[in-house]
Amino acid sequence: MNDARSSDRAPGSRSAPARTAPVVGRASVLASQIAVGAALLAVWQTLVSLKILDAFFVSRPSDIVQRVARWMASGTLWGHLAVTLEESLLGLIVGAALGISLGFALARSPFLARVFDPYIKMLNAVPRVVLAPLFLLWFGLGIWSKVALAVTLVFFVMFFNTFQGVRDADRVLIDNVRMLGATERQLVRHVLVPSALTWIFSSLQTSLGFAMVGAVVGEYLGATRGLGYVISQAEGTFDTTGVFAGMTVLGIVVVIVSAAVTRLERWLLRWKTE
Amino acid sequence: MMTALELDRVSRDFTSPDGRVYRALDDISLSVPAGAFVAIVGPSGCGKSTLLNVVAGLLPPTSGSVRVAGESLEGLNRHATYLFQQDALLPWKTVRDNVALGLALGGARRADAQAQADAWIARVGLAGFASHYPAQLSGGMRKRVAMAQNWILDRGIVLMDEPFSALDVHTRQRMETELLALWEGRAADGRSDAQRKTIVFVTHDLEEAIALADAVIILSAGPAARVVAQHHVGLERPRDLLELRTQAPFVDLYRGIWAVLREEVIKSQRGAV
Repeated sequence: MNDARSSDRAPGSRSAPARTAPVVGRASVLASQIAVGAALLAVWQTLVSLKILDAFFVSRPSDIVQRVARWMASGTLWGHLAVTLEESLLGLIVGAALGISLGFALARSPFLARVFDPYIKMLNAVPRVVLAPLFLLWFGLGIWSKVALAVTLVFFVMFFNTFQGVRDADRVLIDNVRMLGATERQLVRHVLVPSALTWIFSSLQTSLGFAMVGAVVGEYLGATRGLGYVISQAEGTFDTTGVFAGMTVLGIVVVIVSAAVTRLERWLLRWKTE
Repeated sequence: MMTALELDRVSRDFTSPDGRVYRALDDISLSVPAGAFVAIVGPSGCGKSTLLNVVAGLLPPTSGSVRVAGESLEGLNRHATYLFQQDALLPWKTVRDNVALGLALGGARRADAQAQADAWIARVGLAGFASHYPAQLSGGMRKRVAMAQNWILDRGIVLMDEPFSALDVHTRQRMETELLALWEGRAADGRSDAQRKTIVFVTHDLEEAIALADAVIILSAGPAARVVAQHHVGLERPRDLLELRTQAPFVDLYRGIWAVLREEVIKSQRGAV
């Protein structure tokens, strides 16, 4: 009846195209990525040297690299970076805990889901930037106002993914596990939680990005430490090199963290295809 | 002979979102003797799966009653396991954990459950695949795992919903042969006939039904499916499924039963157009 799965395939053949593609292209992709970056920087540097662009407004790559190197050498960078990462991580953990538990509760209770539906939509539509001053007022200039901002972003990603994951749990898997003798609690543990986790893990990338955005925006709007604070200080003195240097550090950190998350995700979802 | 399963005037209705009532099963009575292999055949969409779900206890009947081993069925049928048409293995568990799942849910010690699972994995011909995930297996291999997952619980009744319909012809024939070997106890443990499991096997393929079963029950075209006829299949066991289908007794049976089923298939096609 189900023709899509009708043939008795050789083991692993369904993932064959996905598996061979990166092997062929990995080195050339990396080379091209470096080439694109180098070309953009070269154009930027050249345009500034030829005075077509004004270094006052756009700085120049060589200055930015020097600035980042100076921050690293003097050690000021690490303190700010640590604060930003701490806020992001806390935001991720708190947001995930709240989002996952509420997602689970609402997915298991259609009544509650309908009651809360308009409120969740309303809250999700609130631009987070307008919340930042409130959080500053409530939680002070320290890390917690930034954590709170990160939480408001992470929460919804986690909530929606958990909700979907539990709701979308395959009916047949549930019936099968029940026939095999599962109690309600075992059903949650062996089917619903893993099903939701696949959605949650897949959204880890997005959630982490949001957590960092929340932390940095929070710092930007009022803080005494953190990358967002560094950037806003530089802007206050028209130090475009400082602004770009802050952005550069942030960008590099995101790439490193996301590579780590990708590896984690691949390990956690290793059963999917191999 | 003991009766394993008895349906007494079972009907099942469904209500569509716009409030209309749709009758899937209408007044179905049948009884299955313990240790028998019964096939239920009917045109597509006639409610065969619904019937199996009612017997499994996954769907309560709207009226009528199901009796299992003489007792009225309340909730899930704990005397039965269910091999679904779709893939029902947990994709995040390895073959070993999938096969051991029923034992683990019942509170068996992990080491015991895994040892038994390994024995069953070997028995269905998948030794060496215990640590694989379902996505790494072919469709036929996944069906073997599902069979082991069911049979390891050693319940008296096995419900099967078109279990091999998604497989190609050759894999399918092999799986049918292995199913019979498992059921007849030819494989390993030398059970006597008295301890054979009762199998209720749903299929739309009459050939498969006759080749495997002791009795074939024909359902009418849906909606409101009824039992149209019951045929006894007296073919000798063990059966050689590779030869059986071309032999005279099989062909005669097929002709006789097809004459009945044909009417229902035509009705169902008329309804579909």
